[in-house]
Amino acid sequence: MFGKRLLPLAIATAVGIGLTLALVFFYAPNDADQGFVQKIFYVHVPMAIVALFGFMAAGIMAVKHLRTGDQRWDMRSYVAIHMSIILGVGVLVTGSIWARAAWGHWWVWDEPQLVSFLIVFLLYCVYYPLRFSIEDRERQARYSSVFAIVAGAFVPLNFIAVRLAETFTHPRVLGTTAGGMPGSMRFTFIVALISMTLLFITLMKLELTSKRASDQLKRLRRKLEAQAASA
Amino acid sequence: MPALPLEEAGKYVAGAYGVFVVLILVYVAIIGAKVARIEQELETLNDLVDKRAT
Repeated sequence: MFGKRLLPLAIATAVGIGLTLALVFFYAPNDADQGFVQKIFYVHVPMAIVALFGFMAAGIMAVKHLRTGDQRWDMRSYVAIHMSIILGVGVLVTGSIWARAAWGHWWVWDEPQLVSFLIVFLLYCVYYPLRFSIEDRERQARYSSVFAIVAGAFVPLNFIAVRLAETFTHPRVLGTTAGGMPGSMRFTFIVALISMTLLFITLMKLELTSKRASDQLKRLRRKLEAQAASA
Repeated sequence: MPALPLEEAGKYVAGAYGVFVVLILVYVAIIGAKVARIEQELETLNDLVDKRAT
């Protein structure tokens, strides 16, 4: 019943997450400035990056749907947004915990990175009522794709806004020039980012497989009902 | 703000990683429930086909 390559993907994800945790707690040194609390960085930042790239990938999938008319691209776009929203919840909660530990506040409204991520998150929360308020499947897919493209184009602004922001209240560990992070921290971060990407792909594939199986089941039931009616 | 002592920082770090683990577990549990429902429906349809065949 499960899609091809799901098992090796799931194993790679589990190994990646295990390796990441080992590197975070036994290899990467404590931050000189923030101390042990900086370990939150290795879960918070990869989640944020993968969620934002997930939103953009959903936009690209939506373009493919509009160009080809293939409903599978719409479903992929929907699942990518769904997964990114779930990661987005994680980003907001872990970010709040980190903010409380590092700055003494659960939320800082004048911090552009936090607020811009919240805006992106809330924007995508609108996707669900928009999608499910349309009953006709084709119109639903078309309107959802248009939303995913427009919102996906807005996401890079989140990155640009942060880079242009003058305030440096938010911890800037990913510098634009070399030397922002020691090698061991950088390596741990890259492993964490790869693991988070693998987790995203695995969960997306799992959700898509479950949706496809559910659709096939519905079709089978309809066929059987039609046969029973004609007999 | 100065770095927090390890025992206090540990609570925040455990909280953040705990949120991540719970989020993934809840999601996997929801997908598991969906798959179980699909399996149950398949069984029902199988029974229906068997009944018709006999």
